[in-house]
Amino acid sequence: MSFFGGFSHGVHPPEEKDLTRALPIRRMPYPATLVLPLRQHAGKEAKLCVKVGDHVERGDPIGLADGFMSVPIHASAAGTVTAVNLWPHPDGSMALSVHLAVDPFAPQVPRPRLVPKWEGLKVDEVVKAVQDAGVVGLGGAAFPTHVKLVPPKGSIVNTLIINGAECEPYLTSDHRTMVEYPERVHFGCRVMMHTLGVVRAVIGVEKNKPDAIAALTRTKPADLDITILPLTVKYPQGAEKMLIKAVTGVEVPSGKLPVSVGVVVQNVGSLAAIAEVFDTGMPLLERIVTVTGHGLMRPANLIVPVGTRLKDLLAYCDGVRPDAAEVILGGPMMGMALANLEAPVIKGTTGVVVLAAHETRGETVYPCIHCGRCLEACPVFLNPSLLGDFARVRRYPEMADHHLADCMLCGACSYVCPSNIPLSQLFQAGKAALRRIPQTGAA
Amino acid sequence: MSFDKLIVTASPHIKAGDTTPRIMWHVVASLVPVIMSSAWFFGISALLVIAAATLGALITERLIGRPGALHDGSATITGLLLGLSLPSGFPMWMAFLGGAFGIGFGKTVWGGLGQNAFNPALVGRAFLQAAFPVAITTWPKPGGSFWTLGGDLFAWPFLHPVSDAVTGATPLGLLKFEKQGTPLTDLILGTTGGSVGETAALVILAGGVYLALMGCLNWRAPAAIVLTVGVFSGLLHAFDPAKPDALFMIFSGGLMLGAVYMATDMVTVPVTNRGRWIFGIGTGLLVVIIRIWGGLPEGVMYAILLMNALTPFINSATQPRVFGTPARIPS
Repeated sequence: MSFFGGFSHGVHPPEEKDLTRALPIRRMPYPATLVLPLRQHAGKEAKLCVKVGDHVERGDPIGLADGFMSVPIHASAAGTVTAVNLWPHPDGSMALSVHLAVDPFAPQVPRPRLVPKWEGLKVDEVVKAVQDAGVVGLGGAAFPTHVKLVPPKGSIVNTLIINGAECEPYLTSDHRTMVEYPERVHFGCRVMMHTLGVVRAVIGVEKNKPDAIAALTRTKPADLDITILPLTVKYPQGAEKMLIKAVTGVEVPSGKLPVSVGVVVQNVGSLAAIAEVFDTGMPLLERIVTVTGHGLMRPANLIVPVGTRLKDLLAYCDGVRPDAAEVILGGPMMGMALANLEAPVIKGTTGVVVLAAHETRGETVYPCIHCGRCLEACPVFLNPSLLGDFARVRRYPEMADHHLADCMLCGACSYVCPSNIPLSQLFQAGKAALRRIPQTGAA
Repeated sequence: MSFDKLIVTASPHIKAGDTTPRIMWHVVASLVPVIMSSAWFFGISALLVIAAATLGALITERLIGRPGALHDGSATITGLLLGLSLPSGFPMWMAFLGGAFGIGFGKTVWGGLGQNAFNPALVGRAFLQAAFPVAITTWPKPGGSFWTLGGDLFAWPFLHPVSDAVTGATPLGLLKFEKQGTPLTDLILGTTGGSVGETAALVILAGGVYLALMGCLNWRAPAAIVLTVGVFSGLLHAFDPAKPDALFMIFSGGLMLGAVYMATDMVTVPVTNRGRWIFGIGTGLLVVIIRIWGGLPEGVMYAILLMNALTPFINSATQPRVFGTPARIPS
């Protein structure tokens, strides 16, 4: 129920986390080649700052931040730039990418750098350090983390909410981070609370991760007001607005940002990355990726250098099973299916899920019978059935009138639809069409 | 490693197990005990009527429906429900025609599954009521040998039926036209006159509970109908004891069959839960009004059809409040 400790509606897909939940994080060896797209985050893509033939050490920038809404990209291994070209991007497009031939005998030791003492830094210096380290939200959206450290003028932040929900099926990278690196999460939390000037932080963790809750509770700093809040296991618990509702009981007004209710939300993995910046001075060069699925030979939680191509990653996990049917970047609810395994792991890649044939959606679509299950699933209380009817006949303005903008494409409606109607996809198309309408002058 | 057969779909890439055909076939499965009880009370005649109506529905769907539409089971439901709402001994050719009309004019002309505004089984029955008012109100008595072929089952089309069966009347007819009550136990067990599938209230209720447990039935509309009929007729009975009491109203006629199987037809009832309550309350009020003050002894069919017509308006009046907005959006 929505009254206490939760949000309304939502779905509960099979968790499938047992494949990797108990596997400790292990480091993957450097592949021979890394591919680093210059666009790995929300905002403007990084500006190229190397050329073919350049030698780079591990941690050297290969792309610089282009303005405030941007972050640099760093070489995740020492090696030589062999090419700069358009390359398959995890989002399905082609994007400008830097190819690195990894030096197999390099010590992979970064250049010496000054580790900033965060206690003495002014807010804008912390922000600068986080931006220079290329830290972005590691929960999937890859929103530049330093931007969240600077709330819009005139807004008051009183609570930092830390997202440890990890509600997507299969994924366990945040889970393992909380179990194995709880001190880093708390340290990152400390830096963020200091910078934002908030005194209260809440870490929301779904109840299916009792070991994570225990680890965070055990290592909780005594001098900070950090609450570890167990949450009901429900998708999409990790969606920003759902998490805020579950933690504070407040609904973020339609069309507004979380800061409008005094809240900033940050993912646990991003906090660990912030901790890294002020602990060792290392920029974001690698991330924890859950490689899993019933179509994969050897599921694992791996520290993967950013830029590792999917085919190298899957090969390291002993390849796929004969019935492997679909490779998904991210979780199966909101992730992106890929046809080209040349695409690399980027900063926002939470996991790689290889679905077996029997898990994939069937092709047969039946007419909508108005059963109403999508209404009971939609976490933002839309009427997906009606929106789907509008989408089918391309009545996009009506879709906008019925709050299409509030849809966050969580896919709960498509998941429950007995007629297998691709509602989420229709809404994505509707949003794209509505974005085009003002430009073309049609309405 | 072989990656040559990777598929690419839009998210989400997984799906809950239920499918539309599975929901429909669950409904069909839940009707099997109702059909068996109809055979118990009315013998083989009941099965023949149900079979004729179902055959009419299926053949029509196959001929003019979407290709492959038979597979989704919805035409089977329409045929079975129509058959169950007819008297035993009803001429089979008429039942067949009713099934064909229900699918043809109740569903296919609207665009097939999911598009129709009115319950196809009730459209078929309304057609039969208008076309063959005598045959559809000839109620053979339950009981007798299983193999007795009742009434005018094998009457030739458009020839004057010669009825020699022992006919009775429904409890509602008895009450309306002869001021005669029926014991409640008979109503609940189903040992009364009436349509072949409507008399055994308990069996129908069990089917509804099964469907609700399987997640294939939204209980709100049936609950609202039963509650409304109970409260409204209970009040009337309290003021005027000559009027039937609440339990009689709930367990007589087609109320249970209509509430459990027709007011839960997802296609033709409102999609919101609040809308389903409104639909049920409206249906309940209309049932009582038609039964008490109308010219007909029974009003479930027309009550549901009338509320079907209001469904789009109920839908737009009961849109959910969007997350993060103060009030419901007007639509």
